[in-house]
Amino acid sequence: MSTNTLDCRNLLCPMPVIRTQNALKELQEGDTLEVTCTDPGTLSDIPTWCRINQHQVISTNEQNNEIVFVIKK
Amino acid sequence: MTQDISPQNTSNAPKQRKAVALISGGLDSLLAAKVVQEQGIHVEGINFYTGFCVEGHTHAIRKKDKDKQKRNNSLWVAEQLGIKLHIIDISEEYKDIVLNPKHGYGANLNPCLDCKIFMVNQAQAWAWAEENGFDFIITGEVIGQRPKSQRKETMPIIARESGADDRLLRPLCAKNLIPTLPEREGWVNRDELYDFSGRSRKPQFELAKKFGFEDFAQPAGGCCFLTDANYSKKLADLWDARGERRYELDDIMLLKVGRHIRPKKNFKLIVSREEGENNFLRGYKKQFTSIHTVSHGGPLTLLDGEFDKDDIRLAAQIAARYSGGKNADQVTVQVENYKGTSFVMDVPPMTAEDVKQEWHV
Repeated sequence: MSTNTLDCRNLLCPMPVIRTQNALKELQEGDTLEVTCTDPGTLSDIPTWCRINQHQVISTNEQNNEIVFVIKK
Repeated sequence: MTQDISPQNTSNAPKQRKAVALISGGLDSLLAAKVVQEQGIHVEGINFYTGFCVEGHTHAIRKKDKDKQKRNNSLWVAEQLGIKLHIIDISEEYKDIVLNPKHGYGANLNPCLDCKIFMVNQAQAWAWAEENGFDFIITGEVIGQRPKSQRKETMPIIARESGADDRLLRPLCAKNLIPTLPEREGWVNRDELYDFSGRSRKPQFELAKKFGFEDFAQPAGGCCFLTDANYSKKLADLWDARGERRYELDDIMLLKVGRHIRPKKNFKLIVSREEGENNFLRGYKKQFTSIHTVSHGGPLTLLDGEFDKDDIRLAAQIAARYSGGKNADQVTVQVENYKGTSFVMDVPPMTAEDVKQEWHV
């Protein structure tokens, strides 16, 4: 199991979703990915994308205009 | 003639066929996928990101739109259908479609016919479908729905030039067209497909009601900014000012944000309209010279193009016009270049009359 990070700051949706999708493709089942975003649209889009593609959002933290998602593949 | 690429069916049970649906986020593609899904076909969605997609992110930037839903419509559609959605960034390859459409533009800078061919074509959806073991492609096209791309004469062009040929099924208007391979092979029942045509959306609304879909996206002119006259005007202005037709992804993102004011051909201002846009434009300070008002509350302004000291002064006066000091004698502004070097200057704000109407792009 590995923990990975992805910087999606200053990207507008759906780019953070696309980058997340592509990053998860490279990971193994059970690995986690920490994604940092600034687009408020990701608050809806990333959890939705994870739901429909059967990945789990473990946590969502919003602070100082940044949103950090931890996703488990 | 398209060859059957499906694996040999060795069991007695009929093989479950798989279709990939082009999901734009609008109603038609939602319904098209649902119609086929209802026939027991395994459907997954594919959504192409061109950079011009009309989505919730524009609303997400602006504080005044905070109450509007910030969802991505294609994701919402996939969730309603209970299907996987694969989003593919084609923004770089798509430039050639926008800049050199073989079949020309629609009413604005929308290259709809070339766009549809490109999305279905061998390098995009069809190649993806073959690679991932899908049997056919679904689109939400309806004959006569769009004046350029969705005419009866152009439908075979899309199928042929895309390479998908008769593995391209349009469930909403299939009965108006020659039966495709999925129909001929009995994978889908042609009798349960539809014969919609024309610009009226009434049949779609009725079908949506039948399926229990509510709250679907209905963007005017489709799901693409290039169908929007104001947006197309800004893009044309950008090309005109640069003396060449080219763009980067950041250029087309910025066309969606702020007031665009071009007082001279060599440069324009992008003036934030509110806090959300301020935050967004701040992300571009390392790429552009920026102006912000110091003595009064005001917008962040980016300068795009080439400019001299007099131009900067003019830009500062315009920026001051949109600040809290618009009625003051002087407004202090800070001008910062992309390297972070800055200086402060006092300027009299421009009057509303002096910001000429023709400057507004």
